[in-house]
Amino acid sequence: MSLGSQLLQYLFTGITLGTIYGMVALGFNIIYSSTGIINLAQGEFVMLGGMMMIYLTTIIKLPMVVGFFLSILIVALMGALFERGAIHPLKNPSVITLIIITIAASILFKGGAMFAWGKETFALPAFSGEEPVRVLGATILPQTLWILGIMAATVVFLIFFFGFTLTGKAMRACAANRTAASLVGINVKTMVLLSFALSAAIGATAGIIIAPIALMDYNRGTMLAVKGFSVAVLGGLGSNVGAVVAGFIIGIMESLGAGFISSGYKDAIALVVLLLVLFIKPGGLLGSKEKGEFKKF
Amino acid sequence: MLTIRNLKSYYGRMQALKGVSLHVEEGEVVSLIGANGAGKTTLLNSIVGLVSSRTGQILFSDTDIIQRNPRQIIRMGVSLVPEGRQLFAPLTVIENLILGAYQRYRKDKKSEIKSDLEKVFVLFPILKERKSQIAGTLSGGEQQMLAIGRSLMAKPKLILMDEPSMGLAPLITTQIFQIISELHKQGTTILLVEQNAEAALRISSRAYVIETGRVVLQGMSQELLHNQEVRRAYLGREYKEVWE
Ligand SMILES: Nc1ncnc2c1ncn2[C@@H]1O[C@H](COP(=O)(O)OP(=O)(O)OP(=O)(O)O)[C@@H](O)[C@H]1O
Ligand SMILES: [Mg+2]
Repeated sequence: MSLGSQLLQYLFTGITLGTIYGMVALGFNIIYSSTGIINLAQGEFVMLGGMMMIYLTTIIKLPMVVGFFLSILIVALMGALFERGAIHPLKNPSVITLIIITIAASILFKGGAMFAWGKETFALPAFSGEEPVRVLGATILPQTLWILGIMAATVVFLIFFFGFTLTGKAMRACAANRTAASLVGINVKTMVLLSFALSAAIGATAGIIIAPIALMDYNRGTMLAVKGFSVAVLGGLGSNVGAVVAGFIIGIMESLGAGFISSGYKDAIALVVLLLVLFIKPGGLLGSKEKGEFKKF
Repeated sequence: MLTIRNLKSYYGRMQALKGVSLHVEEGEVVSLIGANGAGKTTLLNSIVGLVSSRTGQILFSDTDIIQRNPRQIIRMGVSLVPEGRQLFAPLTVIENLILGAYQRYRKDKKSEIKSDLEKVFVLFPILKERKSQIAGTLSGGEQQMLAIGRSLMAKPKLILMDEPSMGLAPLITTQIFQIISELHKQGTTILLVEQNAEAALRISSRAYVIETGRVVLQGMSQELLHNQEVRRAYLGREYKEVWE
């Protein structure tokens, strides 16, 4: 394999990883912008999405399409339940309380998954064929195309939802000014609930599409959350364009690092980037300065 | 239309309103004046339910709304133009206006909301020009117009305005007051809180003076305008000018 095609191969891998990280970051963003909460259980939604899909399609043997949407729906409901059970009842919680709650939830989800499916690692067949496509000496798995396509569809959906529907606008209004939102008659608490459901759904989608190339077990969520969080911070918390761009940046850095330095360091790269961003430009690439600070819940 | 009896409001243990009673009749403009910290904002926020620890009676169209939350109250037809405008700053002008009508989308026809939007644009042509601009980047005067426009989109029976002239240049203030009297002519009922007591008294039929959480004076605006007490306390600068 020539250096050129090797580079291209790393690039493809990086883009695949980056897409997933970007989607996890989108999930962080949605909850963050409507509530100011950093939901550290975001990675568990990804894991649950993947596990649920594997369970529904390989064990219960539902058709792929049904399993896909049903898994997303179930995880979205779990997100909603989490909000109603743990976030909603609190009166004026502090940011640190909320973060600790999301950590607790993450442990709970992980434990639940281990209880339900054990500690084994599961595989999910690719959506359509395993035969790699050759491009200039490098190869792309068909699943990568699925991943890119579904990411694109998710982004288009989010743009449409937040930009053109009344509910989407109301969610943005809540993020911008809660008092004013309740003054025009928006039910702020419902919007918070919705943001948890939506963000769980997006996390689950990421988990489902990555399962065929990355495998899935109960413990996959944590690392994905760390990566996704680094991406969200690099892109600027709350910025969705930032999340997508930063996802590609970190994904590609990681795959180049793994290829040319050592795959042992690949998980450290995102963390190094996270620390650098926090030191140098806490607002991230595309975030505003104000967004770099914690919002009041 | 609005009758308040013995309203007491609290921030934690601190009592900000100590038994306020007032009323606003349909089609009236009533102003509420008072020094900083007198409790004017607290009063308006208590009416719409933003300040929720409150006791007494708030009758709106003969229904006691003291137990209701802001969402229910706005649906009944009370709309607040809040102090400091409180726009959805990162959203566009048109999005702000549309969200003003948020609670109407389920019950009212879309065409009706659209025609109300046109009415707002007639009242504030500048907002139509700036339709796609981000609200946070508007000038102070434009932001105030947007805040008023947004509250009109709720199709309120009663509008509460909290210092609409705050921080605005005299020319813009005049413009805002012209709009308030235009709204009055169209039959809107308005309870107006103002630091600019002179302008507020000129535009309203009746007024209340509030001091440390109590109504200390009330009457016809014309009379209050010539009342020595009021002149000294709230129209101070002019009073001095007369004597200097
Ligand atoms: N959120 C709050 N928490 C605690 N105290 C408050 C709060 N808001 C207002 N207060 C207090 O309640 C009293 C009345 O305040 P309010 O804002 O109603 O005055 P105001 O008449 O609107 O004054 P201004 O003309 O400066 O707007 C003040 O003593 C103020 O410090
Ligand atoms: Mg005030």
